[in-house]
Amino acid sequence: MKLPIYLDYAATTPVDPRVAEKMMQFLTMDGDFGNPASRSHRFGWQAEEAVEIARSQIAELINADPREIVFTSGATESNNLAIKGAAQFYHKKGKHLITCKTEHKATLDTMRALEREGFEVTYLEVEASGLLDLDKLKAAMRPDTTVVSVMFVNNEIGVIQDIAAIGELCRANGTIFHVDSAQAAGKVEIDLQALKVDLMSFSAHKIYGPKGIGALYVRRKPRIRLEAQTHGGGHERGMRSGTLPTHQIVGMGEAFRIAKLEMAAENARFATLRQRLWDGIQDIEQVFLNGDAQKRVPGITNISFNYVEGESLIMALKDIAVSSGSACTSASLEPSYVLRALGLTDELAHSSIRFSIGRFTTEEQIDHTIKIVHEAIDKLRAMSPLWDMYKDGVDLNTVAWVAH
Amino acid sequence: MAYSEKVIDHYENPRNVGAFAKDDPTVATGMVGAPACGDVMKLQIKVSADGIIEDAKFKTYGCGSAIASSSLVTEWVKGKSLAEAAMIKNTDIAQELALPPVKIHCSILAEDAIKAAIEDYKSRHGS
Repeated sequence: MKLPIYLDYAATTPVDPRVAEKMMQFLTMDGDFGNPASRSHRFGWQAEEAVEIARSQIAELINADPREIVFTSGATESNNLAIKGAAQFYHKKGKHLITCKTEHKATLDTMRALEREGFEVTYLEVEASGLLDLDKLKAAMRPDTTVVSVMFVNNEIGVIQDIAAIGELCRANGTIFHVDSAQAAGKVEIDLQALKVDLMSFSAHKIYGPKGIGALYVRRKPRIRLEAQTHGGGHERGMRSGTLPTHQIVGMGEAFRIAKLEMAAENARFATLRQRLWDGIQDIEQVFLNGDAQKRVPGITNISFNYVEGESLIMALKDIAVSSGSACTSASLEPSYVLRALGLTDELAHSSIRFSIGRFTTEEQIDHTIKIVHEAIDKLRAMSPLWDMYKDGVDLNTVAWVAH
Repeated sequence: MAYSEKVIDHYENPRNVGAFAKDDPTVATGMVGAPACGDVMKLQIKVSADGIIEDAKFKTYGCGSAIASSSLVTEWVKGKSLAEAAMIKNTDIAQELALPPVKIHCSILAEDAIKAAIEDYKSRHGS
């Protein structure tokens, strides 16, 4: 078996070969390399046609109108454009925004930036399951709340928020609802005719498309307006200037087209693999599944291993590519803020691993992963004074630690 | 995360992992760190009648550098007198293992563990 085994599909996915094939037709002199904004020759027209096909493919996966799709560089930019764009455009209506503590940094940091501009932000707590309590959201809403931003699927623990219900609350309050769907597209059913969502962020590289391209869905009915964040030639109806990267867009379109076709079968396969992984690991003492056990995508499994330290665990798992927390924060020594928000102790948050499976994960890889995890936990616990104390029945909370 | 070869070697093949019988009067224990900080080291030394450390064992909850630091000091203290062992500096440990700046605290903890074990021995033997 080829090692290391890639189990970090929530961080990024490889480009599907069918997508790469398609993209290559839009780069060289032999291909459609033209600028989609060029109106005066066929090079431009052909590129524009390719972009419009891709726009339709993206719209089809989420049941939206192609005219509601704005291309960006990725979900981070989409979140910035959506939240800043809406908050700034509607600032005369109010300056209160609501989000949730377990959002991606692209949302949280955007909110922080808006606070510096004079906006007021409420960061909602989540339940131990990782889900939002809708009554708490309702209680936080005010007449001057202009934007609520909640992610569809959490990137670290995979829980699915009740977007339909939150949408109803927002619509009733006249509040714009933004949803970060970077981890949701191609994994959960998204029907924007039914959901009362006004803005939705997408990324291509989480669903087997290329990095560096994403989209923002901007609702037309009722029409949502945004203050542009990138100024220039007025591309994308003025909402996001910059020459459209045809090959990236075509790649994203193809990735979304494939997702629509294969999503149901793929999810069923992931559910089987996820169960196999959990069945193989849950017999280890003192392991905990993080996040709601039911309302979750099958691709992401986050597990805490008590009495082993996270970094040495990652080291012991060197033959499997997994992450502790999200890729964005794993370079730091801080425990995951998402797991802390669920109420986990620093120790448990530190020793948590996210296994994310994807299109190219095999049963054989899962079986090997289970074996490696068992060996790593056995080795580290044999070395862990905390494990000894636990086994001796010592309550670690009563020990007078010599902190440093 | 790039670990030095020495850290990886000690992590993969830790020396002297284990524990001595608690009721052995020649054994002293130093435990330092806290779970919330991400490292706890337990260092045990077995001391002869003439004050020489005959054997040492450790158990560590912590990152690869913390495990390597404690593994290394069990090797270093063996054969040393208590006074000599007390001279081991965290900078020597950090240098030997080529620890990066963010991991210096692991070497400090290992030095503290030696000192704590020596203190424990002295408090039991009244010297």
